[in-house]
Amino acid sequence: MADRPDGAPQQGSNKPALSLHVPEPKYRPGDAVDFSHIDVPPAGEQPRPDENCDTHDMHDLAYGLVRVLGEDDKAHGPWDPKLDPETLRTMLGHMAMTRAFDERMFRGQRQGKTSFYMKCTGEEATSIASSMALAADDMVFPSYRQQGILIARGYPMIEMINQIYSNKGDKLKGRQLPIMYSSREHSFFTISGNLATQTPQAVGWAMASAIKGDSRIAATWVGEGSTAEGDFHAACTFATVYNAPVILNVVNNQWAISSFSGFAGAERTTFAARALGYGLAGLRVDGNDALACYAAQLWAANRARSNGGPTLIEYFTYRAEGHSTSDDPSGYRSAQERTEWPLGDPVMRLKNHLIALGEWDEDRQEKMDLEAAEHVRKVTKEAEQNGILGHGLHHPFQTMFEDVFEELPWHLKEQSEQAIREREIKFPGGLKL
Amino acid sequence: MSADVTEAPQNKDAGETGSERRLNMIDAINDALDVAMTRDPDVIVMGEDVGYFGGVFRCTAGLQDKHGKNRVFDTPISECGIIGAAVGMGAYGLRPVPEIQFADYIYPGLDQLISEAARLRYRSAGEFISPLTIRSPFGGGIFGGQTHSQSPEAIFTHVSGIKTVIPATPYDAKGLLLSCIEDNDPVIFFEPKRIYNGPFTGFYDKPVEPWKKHADSVVPEGHYTIPLGKARQVREGEELTVLAYGTMVHVAEAVCAAKGVDADILDLRSLVPLDIEAIEVSVKKTGRCLIVHEATRTSGFGAELSALVTERCFYHLEAPVERVTGFDTPYPHSLEWAYFPGPVRIGEALDKILSE
Repeated sequence: MADRPDGAPQQGSNKPALSLHVPEPKYRPGDAVDFSHIDVPPAGEQPRPDENCDTHDMHDLAYGLVRVLGEDDKAHGPWDPKLDPETLRTMLGHMAMTRAFDERMFRGQRQGKTSFYMKCTGEEATSIASSMALAADDMVFPSYRQQGILIARGYPMIEMINQIYSNKGDKLKGRQLPIMYSSREHSFFTISGNLATQTPQAVGWAMASAIKGDSRIAATWVGEGSTAEGDFHAACTFATVYNAPVILNVVNNQWAISSFSGFAGAERTTFAARALGYGLAGLRVDGNDALACYAAQLWAANRARSNGGPTLIEYFTYRAEGHSTSDDPSGYRSAQERTEWPLGDPVMRLKNHLIALGEWDEDRQEKMDLEAAEHVRKVTKEAEQNGILGHGLHHPFQTMFEDVFEELPWHLKEQSEQAIREREIKFPGGLKL
Repeated sequence: MSADVTEAPQNKDAGETGSERRLNMIDAINDALDVAMTRDPDVIVMGEDVGYFGGVFRCTAGLQDKHGKNRVFDTPISECGIIGAAVGMGAYGLRPVPEIQFADYIYPGLDQLISEAARLRYRSAGEFISPLTIRSPFGGGIFGGQTHSQSPEAIFTHVSGIKTVIPATPYDAKGLLLSCIEDNDPVIFFEPKRIYNGPFTGFYDKPVEPWKKHADSVVPEGHYTIPLGKARQVREGEELTVLAYGTMVHVAEAVCAAKGVDADILDLRSLVPLDIEAIEVSVKKTGRCLIVHEATRTSGFGAELSALVTERCFYHLEAPVERVTGFDTPYPHSLEWAYFPGPVRIGEALDKILSE
């Protein structure tokens, strides 16, 4: 124990000893779950301010919850984006496809076809519905759980699987951990494994777009856990200082691997309320309500595009599965959380809304799910022709040394020759495939 | 000088004509930034105090007036934010030249630099690049204490995907900086602040000579570049090879002159990429090698140089490779000149190498 300065009398001896608060989630494995403490306001209750309003006039929205889809499966209130049924069916289709993709890829990892996978089950709306509110050439700086954006933007699924398998068809040459996609063509920034680094980058991209008098905006996604990183706060500061045309999406799925949102400060306030201290527009949104996700993103996009400045959106949602293939959530949280989650499932809610509109039915849903699963199965087989991880069908050895720099310097040339020599020693006469 | 010279013009004899434009290193850097911004509308300058005020060392003075607030602006005090935003700007297609006010301040931005800027090209297989040039004054000798004196170059040479460049003269500062800005890879451009105003010789108790008396203060107008990865032969000699960069080039040169040592002195100019060919040619000729840097000794870039020389020139060596460096302590304030690898430490090493 650190000594007090010599001779200093002990202060405050009539007060209780100081105590440290280490956050603890309400429920651990085996616990009965009761989420009645979560305030779920009725759909349609939140006001929708003008997109260019002063941030001071919308403080309450950082503490409320923007909801459109009600218990009656109908759309309510001023945030209803009034999308036509065809768009809603497209949205539902992307969500179903993403879920089918996740199921298959997770299984592929368990079958040893790759090293790693991450599902976004339960959070599909936060990437798919929100990105559908952006223009196709608005630049997105995602975190690792926004595969839905690529599916919504029509990125070829085979490219995703080639990347996950790190095979010879992988555009990224097998260099990146599975799911760390990149597609400049789809305005989808290369994903980093280091958390929240994409947030100041998105702001910088948006600043560049403003410097050039462009019309494109940037949007970034970050988990609630990694809002604790300094990068996120640098992003908020730069965004507000330069009034950058950027949207900071915080996906609050309650869990960062095994650490609940309390370790990012959720016991004290909302994540949307982070916006207030920076003078950013802040919205807190039901992340399992696809229409609310779309509406909030569109509001922020319109604001950014008209030089109204940045918005921080918190999507309140739930990570229904583990963090990745590398953890077992039954070891740190109650299995009942998923079933008791008060905001339901985003796919079911959108499906039920379409049915309530008379624009959909269970048979069509079943058919769509089957078709999605079949499509993923077919593309997976096709991708497997390019190889699976660890089975030799990777990019040539020398590609390991390419793209470190634009040109190969002498020391990398020497090391490349070493790698090729080692390969010849290990596999005389070439590798048998 | 013509307004748009693409080859590096010869200027070695210019000092004798007296008719050329002479600049100190600050003005040469300012000139390089101005030339780059004039030629390429995608070049932008940002950093703490670089805008209206023109930088704490004045390297960006006048640029905001000339090129506008959209292209030269102050930033929040957040090195993570500065470098992170610059990475995003680079991905957009700009060519950002952020200034980190002191090299000692760069650490909050290291993740953005090491994990992001340096890796963007590799991890995206060339879809996204980081054509950043991060300028930062480094090194001691100005009574800056431990947080305004460090030489952290070895942290960056250890990272794959980033180039590290250090000029030692005004002429080189301009030509190298223009090369860095035009380079499509991220570059750390460390400016030896002790020699911003004159070529410090290490004899700190003697008056400082201004740059205008030095041949390499002749800085042509307009555009010229000096290729990265090419060392500068400061002096030809036979007795031993001296490898140095930044301030220590001048200190080593002065000490060799004072001791009458016929040294072959190489100013490395860039550490990555490194001019290994020039090093090998010189060491094989002289058979002796002294490495001088101001940074701390353990795992300093001198260790890499020493290993390379030993691996490649071992059978030509007539004495062990020697390193003269700063001590493995923080840079002290009052004992600055006891810390600095000055004439005594270099002289002792020269005696040792030459006595073998």
